[in-house]
Amino acid sequence: MTTLLRTLALTLHYAGLFAVDRVDLNVQPGSVHALIGPNGAGKTTLFNLISGLVAPTEGTVLFRGLDVTSLPADRRTALGLARTFQTSRIFGAMTVLENVLTGLQPRCFAGLIATVLRTPAFYREERALVARARDTLHMVGLSARADLPAATLPHGEQRLLEIARAIAPEPALLLLDEPAAGMNPAETAALANLVRRIRDLGTSVLLVEHDMGFVMDISDAVTVLNFGRCIFQGTPAAARQAPEVMEAYLGQKVAARLAARAPRMTV
Amino acid sequence: MLAQQLINGVLLGASYALFALGFTLMFGVLRVINLTYGFYFSAGAFAALFLTRDAGLGIWAALPLAAVTAGLIAVALDWLLLAPLRRKRAPELASLMVTLGGVLALYSAATAILGPDIRRLPPGLVDGTVFELAGLRVATPQLFILVASFVLVGALVWLLNFTRLGLAIRAMAENPDAAGLMGIDTGRTAALVSFVAGCLAGAGGVLIGLNFNAIHPYMGESMMLRGFVVVIVGGLGDIRGALIAGLALGVVEVLTAGYVDSGLKEAVAFAILVAVLWTRPSGLFGRPALRRA
Amino acid sequence: MPEWLDDFLWTYQNLVHALGINGLLALSMYVVLAVGQLSLGQAAFMGLGAYSSVLLTLKLDLPFLAVLPLSCVAPVLFALAIGVPTLRLSGVYLAIATIGLGEVLRAVYLNVDWLGGALGLSGIPGRAESWMIFGLLGVAILALWAVGRSAIGRAMAAIREDETAAQVMGINLARYRLGALLASAVLAGLAGALGAHSSSFIGPNEYGFEPAVTILSFALLGGIGTPLGPVVGAWILTLLPEVLRGFSDLRLVFNGVIIVLAVLFLPEGLLALRMRRHAA
Repeated sequence: MTTLLRTLALTLHYAGLFAVDRVDLNVQPGSVHALIGPNGAGKTTLFNLISGLVAPTEGTVLFRGLDVTSLPADRRTALGLARTFQTSRIFGAMTVLENVLTGLQPRCFAGLIATVLRTPAFYREERALVARARDTLHMVGLSARADLPAATLPHGEQRLLEIARAIAPEPALLLLDEPAAGMNPAETAALANLVRRIRDLGTSVLLVEHDMGFVMDISDAVTVLNFGRCIFQGTPAAARQAPEVMEAYLGQKVAARLAARAPRMTV
Repeated sequence: MLAQQLINGVLLGASYALFALGFTLMFGVLRVINLTYGFYFSAGAFAALFLTRDAGLGIWAALPLAAVTAGLIAVALDWLLLAPLRRKRAPELASLMVTLGGVLALYSAATAILGPDIRRLPPGLVDGTVFELAGLRVATPQLFILVASFVLVGALVWLLNFTRLGLAIRAMAENPDAAGLMGIDTGRTAALVSFVAGCLAGAGGVLIGLNFNAIHPYMGESMMLRGFVVVIVGGLGDIRGALIAGLALGVVEVLTAGYVDSGLKEAVAFAILVAVLWTRPSGLFGRPALRRA
Repeated sequence: MPEWLDDFLWTYQNLVHALGINGLLALSMYVVLAVGQLSLGQAAFMGLGAYSSVLLTLKLDLPFLAVLPLSCVAPVLFALAIGVPTLRLSGVYLAIATIGLGEVLRAVYLNVDWLGGALGLSGIPGRAESWMIFGLLGVAILALWAVGRSAIGRAMAAIREDETAAQVMGINLARYRLGALLASAVLAGLAGALGAHSSSFIGPNEYGFEPAVTILSFALLGGIGTPLGPVVGAWILTLLPEVLRGFSDLRLVFNGVIIVLAVLFLPEGLLALRMRRHAA
């Protein structure tokens, strides 16, 4: 089996800093792959490079064996790449169902003329899309909310909606940016189950997450970033033992403790 | 002949640069296309008209007073129309729309009150002497505009680069949130930027009203096209670019009128705008300002 | 047609035509606002449609039903010339370029002899019939309604709410934005041709800054939740000066104030309707 997502020496030079520095990442099909590292390590930036929202300074992104480095984000989505955002970016003015339908754009083929003339083919496609969207909402447990305005959902459900919107077209790879942030333990456990089900249905998952229990629980592979560099790649169990990983995290904890003790700087 | 055309072009271009200066400053700092800007220009010209004709002031007293009047109008409009949207973090097009509605209401109210006719400043305000040097002719009001443009650009550059206020303005242009966190009162800075831009527009209105000797409520609106060309060609928010682009536009217009057809001046100016948008959308001197992801 | 309706249409023909034409213009603003862009080019597109249709009628004596589709050509070409470069950039560029387009075309109409100069073009035969105007308006409303309740409408709504998220949904932003601008140019071009052929005269000042902003006030008064909102907005603002005598002097002040109030206090417009965005 070929590697699903591969980055080769991916680099982003930004304002004199290497936000991402020669990262080689390999995500295997059928896996849940975690991307961890201290704050500011470049995880979200790497997501933006992979999904095509930011162009790299150097390096290559290969997705399903294709060089997608110069493709815009919407073309990568059409190839089967999906993502969520760190702070959820649902379409608040739409209903929950309409959000998921919007996620199904890669599955929409009716042209302008068929749409205006309301051909039978148009209705057939539209019915299939709505059915698929309802199935997806059922899978994440939001069926009862389908017709509510999305902005009225509580935080945890908005995060689930964003995942539903991303997985509706059955992408090959789903990027989740801190999916468990702001969730209580019960919600996090449910999320872990959902991620496993997504993987079992054939979508690989690459996720950024700070909740280490969650990461160790569901990941098949772990990549650790620090200062934009990849410092470790392996299994979760190996990551736990690796001294360089300890150091990256410990360094940050010590620094955080020192900062907490120091008087607040005033400007 | 060509030399005289070039001189005329530079003199005309100086008025375009003067007009565009405050406009590009507002965009650079406040990140809004403020279309009420043209109204400050008309307001400055009318204030000078009333001060010289009805209050009997000389031009040297009327010019700063008219500029300050326009500046105060700019602050009031900013507070009324744009400050609420800044607080709500409304998208940039909302600010553009609100100033568009505001300026239509202001122009048409001014026309309803003052009438649409063209007014003239009292004669003899400035010496009408025409200088002649090596066969080239320059009238005093034109020279006045040229000098004023350079003085005002110099003053603006000094204000931005060598004063505390300038530091606050540049910090806000860079990143309003960070500027706010560093203790800069962004509301007050926005008001000051509006005031400075309004003063520049008002002074421009007086000087250009003086040069063309034609003052009417919509005079700011008819300058807007030139203003747009200058700020896009010079780069949105680029003060130095606006000065160069303004002078260049003046020269191009005079040459078009002289050698092609005076009816095509505006068309040529607009063609330049479109050409720049196709090839160098960030302006001839600027960094790329492509849409952020 | 019953006799009373015939009488009524005859007496108020200008007003009735204005209602239909302003409705089309309001829709031409709606399609652009619906993808989160602001174009002030609708009056300019209308002017291009009007001038080109009048030249086709007067110089070539083409039948009106051939003139009508041809009147969209010039607006579409100008929309492409301005839209392709600006729609890659932040929204302010399109707004600036389209305001500029209106100003420059006014100067061109004024200065070019064969376009009639300040006197404009006159002696235009009154070939626009009410059924054509309202037929097109009806078709446009239905088509935009159908588009709104489909994947295309969902993509447009998504772009308006969050461009980045929309892009990640696989939506090609530039394609939708340009499509909307071209649709807008077509609608405004048709409105221009119909307007020119229902009055005997067109002049350079009818397509400048003031009409451009007035068209925006139609859409913002009605709200852009559905295509009906802008049409209702246009009708209110067309009828108001007729109903309130003495109001017509302040008509433009009122239109401007409406935009200000709508943006600051009533972002959904008067008809804060929402349309369902799917058809099944």
